[in-house]
Amino acid sequence: MSTGMHEFQSSFVKALLGASEPTLPWSRQPGFDVYRNTVLRGAIDALAANVPSVHRLLGDDAFDTAAGAYVRARLPRDGRLVRYGANLPDFLASFPPVAEIDYLPGVAALDLAWIESHLAADAPVLGAADVYALTAEQLLHGRLVPHPAARWLTFPVPAFTIWRHEREDRRIEDALSWRGESALLTRPQGVVVWRTVDVGEADFLAACASGRSCDDALESVLDAGTGFDLAASLPRLLQAGAFTRIDIDGS
Amino acid sequence: MTALAAGLGLKPEHYDDALRCGAAGMWFEVHAENYMGAGGPRRAWIEAIRREHPLSLHGVSLSLAGAEPLDMRTLEALASLVRELEPALVSEHLAWSRFDGAFLPDLLPFPRTHAMVQLVCEHVDQVQDAIGRTIALENPSHYLRLDGHELGEIEFLAAVARRTGCSLLLDLNNVHVSAVNTGTSATDYVDDFPVELVSEIHLAGHRNDPVHGDRLLIDSHDAPVAPAVWGLLDRFVDRAGPRPTLIERDAALPAFSVLMKEREVAQRRLARTEATFA
Repeated sequence: MSTGMHEFQSSFVKALLGASEPTLPWSRQPGFDVYRNTVLRGAIDALAANVPSVHRLLGDDAFDTAAGAYVRARLPRDGRLVRYGANLPDFLASFPPVAEIDYLPGVAALDLAWIESHLAADAPVLGAADVYALTAEQLLHGRLVPHPAARWLTFPVPAFTIWRHEREDRRIEDALSWRGESALLTRPQGVVVWRTVDVGEADFLAACASGRSCDDALESVLDAGTGFDLAASLPRLLQAGAFTRIDIDGS
Repeated sequence: MTALAAGLGLKPEHYDDALRCGAAGMWFEVHAENYMGAGGPRRAWIEAIRREHPLSLHGVSLSLAGAEPLDMRTLEALASLVRELEPALVSEHLAWSRFDGAFLPDLLPFPRTHAMVQLVCEHVDQVQDAIGRTIALENPSHYLRLDGHELGEIEFLAAVARRTGCSLLLDLNNVHVSAVNTGTSATDYVDDFPVELVSEIHLAGHRNDPVHGDRLLIDSHDAPVAPAVWGLLDRFVDRAGPRPTLIERDAALPAFSVLMKEREVAQRRLARTEATFA
């Protein structure tokens, strides 16, 4: 590989990001700004497409300020820009102009979870009838495998209520109850759908995803003291399409 | 298979129209990166389109002129997409967009040296080996007059095509935009282009730079094809006959019917000669 080429591309990138004085002959040409604007705009627009609810809540100007700062701090690493922005929730929580909007990181996380769910691999949905056909022992020793398109999130603030109102294009009519929430996103029939779940249900899904058997997962949730009733919650999670299969030893 | 005539760049807003479109010789092109997910509705849509129409996969992130090795995740994802969708055409750009692990969403320029011919050939060979077929290499838009060129762009593209067996995608809007921005002649470029290597033509709209006006054109893909670019198409067709010709519209998207009208204009201009489709 040509060393000259590496040096040229290195100085080009530094000039694009404004990290060097414009001393290179080409970086003073008017056309250089086209590259600078296209790179920055392209990355900001990709973020706007990936976190549309954050974009709507902030408006164009505030979004461009926050997204522009994120782009300069963390350029995309992947040409598949639908995956860009994974660190945006943490960034928003610590970016002074928006850091006090405590639900914004949660809204960003939900937007990103929606994209992940939308793009996830296709897989069958485990139905209630499949589970009811098992003995209690098979169920408790089995490992419930979350569906590839299932995403569960828990927030200390009502980020899910705010996010779902944005997504459903509805105004929040009643006074918002300022408390923590958990949400589940699934894709049972091709389209991403969302619902509120109990924090114990979100924790149970996380325990199942880590490969624990059903009774181990149950025990870990109960130990955490969040309260969880498998008999009530499992049908709800199955109905939502949260699992793809149950692995039973020896079968 | 019906020969490819004029086609359209396809955006998600037009999936249903595209599925129903019955125009003879119709085909669609999509940016490959947008379909590199594992599954879900987006993948199902493109598979449905592919069952109805020939498809072209247009890559925008491989960074064939990048100083660093190709990103293997993207290359593997492209290879898998090509296997599953069996596109009629696969293309990429003579540009770079990766450095030090970062992806810069643009098609960046470089001094065209003999060393760069070697590097781009190695990358094109690597892509063609990975996907098991040849690609078409596109001339990008230029905004700078760079020093240090050892070859002209046409000479560079032709050298890569002859050494790797790839074909060329001639973007006539890029030819026009680059000629205005760098003070060269677009008609000379079209007249000098090795037409026997051209497997696809791109058309698109551009706009004037907000500060520098018509002295600096932006390849914005957000407007109808400009008269000067239609003129370049006529010039090419008069000399070489028609090629599969795509109208790209990536922003300020009008109704599908508006794009179909523009596509009919392309179709009529491609039919100016008696030559058969390549």
